[in-house]
Amino acid sequence: MTSTATPLDIVTIKADFPILARTVRDGKRLVYLDSGATAQRPTQVLDAERAFLETSNAAVHRGAHQLAEEATDAYESARARVARFVGARPEEVVFTKNATEGLNLVAYAMSNAATSGPEAERFRVGPGDEIVVTEMEHHANLVPWQQLCQRTGATLRWFGVTDEGRLDLADLDELVTERTRVVAFTHQSNVLGTVNPVAALVERARQVGALTVVDACQSVPHLPVDLDQLGVDFAVFSGHKMLGPSGVGVLYGRSELLEALPPFVTGGSMIEMVRMESSTFAPPPQRFEAGVPMTSQAVGLGAAVDYLSVVGMERIAAHEHLLTEAALSALSEIPGVTVVGPTTMVDRGGAVSFTVDGVHPHDAGQVLDSVGVAVRVGHHCAWPLHRRMAVPATVRATFYLYNDLDDVTALVEGVREAQRFFGTA
Amino acid sequence: MQLDQMYQEIILDHYKNPHGRGLREPFDAESHQINPVCGDEVSLRVNLDGAHGTDPSATVVDVSYDGQGCSISQAATSVLTDLVIGRTVQEAFDVHAAFVELMQGRGQVEPDEDVLGDGIAFAGVAKYPARVKCALLGWMAFKDAVSRSTGKEETR
Repeated sequence: MTSTATPLDIVTIKADFPILARTVRDGKRLVYLDSGATAQRPTQVLDAERAFLETSNAAVHRGAHQLAEEATDAYESARARVARFVGARPEEVVFTKNATEGLNLVAYAMSNAATSGPEAERFRVGPGDEIVVTEMEHHANLVPWQQLCQRTGATLRWFGVTDEGRLDLADLDELVTERTRVVAFTHQSNVLGTVNPVAALVERARQVGALTVVDACQSVPHLPVDLDQLGVDFAVFSGHKMLGPSGVGVLYGRSELLEALPPFVTGGSMIEMVRMESSTFAPPPQRFEAGVPMTSQAVGLGAAVDYLSVVGMERIAAHEHLLTEAALSALSEIPGVTVVGPTTMVDRGGAVSFTVDGVHPHDAGQVLDSVGVAVRVGHHCAWPLHRRMAVPATVRATFYLYNDLDDVTALVEGVREAQRFFGTA
Repeated sequence: MQLDQMYQEIILDHYKNPHGRGLREPFDAESHQINPVCGDEVSLRVNLDGAHGTDPSATVVDVSYDGQGCSISQAATSVLTDLVIGRTVQEAFDVHAAFVELMQGRGQVEPDEDVLGDGIAFAGVAKYPARVKCALLGWMAFKDAVSRSTGKEETR
């Protein structure tokens, strides 16, 4: 990717994130390289939540008072801004607890389709049908599909991963067939950083009439993403990975699909009419938002996408590209360090996972922590992928707009320190 | 330096030169434990004299294990073998209780070397809550294996 985007003013950006000013472990500068797990929040997001709670807090979509009206406006305005941010229409954006809930919503709604009306027929799965996933999925985009297969008798199949950490599409036409009902895959791997070929997968899925479900948790926060343009049927992402609050995520679904999709969680707010015998349901997105929703969190997410939009997603992507390239290059020069995932920047985002010979990832992470560098260690909720790459666990550094080249240097020096400490270098 | 407090020389020694490692025969029961957070694993076998697992006075004749994981989990299992082989089941459980108390003490528990031997080196680990599970992985396998050998005895 060559970019002409103006470089980010990191000093100004960092100043927006109060937590980055703190020290850890006896006065060490905090080098936060775990944004792939959860990102930090700028003052603008924190202020938006607080301002909402101090002026307009009320239960949305109910109540006849001014606060209820203001709260509803704030909530729906957040929905509209989040929708615009990902190239969607407001009615295509369902607020969920997180991305995991969004994926479960689709999977459970599909099994509910068995007992719903004819409009839900396209979502029905049963024996003989197949669900296709990939070996690089986060557990959140694997386990719900395993469970759907278990409930319905459908068969789970999956794309393999190459040694380099790319999706193996060699058997695309054999895997995705007329029997396939769903193709669920990650847009960008949370471990490998690999950006998957959405267009090729969507094209094949459409040929055979399968639904596409995309885990966009690691792409929407880091790349310009237009879900309508990508042509996917469903997509999910989480607020807390994109400078927003935890407790709010998004399920995107193309309008005509959400309109036909049966509900998952039922109760208040999601109904059209209720009688003692039975009920009918509200149109989307309300049909999928039972109960009083998270409101200040949605408002905070609205502020987060405003913040990201002002900085510019193109610039953020270019910035992370630069940091990732620097990290890959510096880590590859350390004997004993092996990057798990693509080592070139082609179709690659800012997650860098690696192993250090003779130093278990947990121990490497502990040494990094002792010098102020926060990374994630373990299997990052992608256990089958680690098994495939023949490593029990990895150290993972993830970058965001508030990181800089000094952070990359701190990571690399910390890895060398781990090698010295454990006597492997 | 904080790191040295956690990674005492004793721990690094056990990690690099583990005691009792490798699965051995004969054994009464085996337990496989995993830490789902990080994927660390240990398989551990116990051999009790006469396989009288129901009897707290039965002697732990051998403990053998294999696994993969961080220095803390591997070293703690190595220390475990030193502490329980040749002791009775009751004595081993008493050591286990003392070790758990130390690990859950957030660094506030003063370890007794007479009871815990090299296990006192893990006092620093107790200050890092995320690593406590690592230190207890082998012990969980030991307790589970002993109870399995008990179960086997009862169904005989």
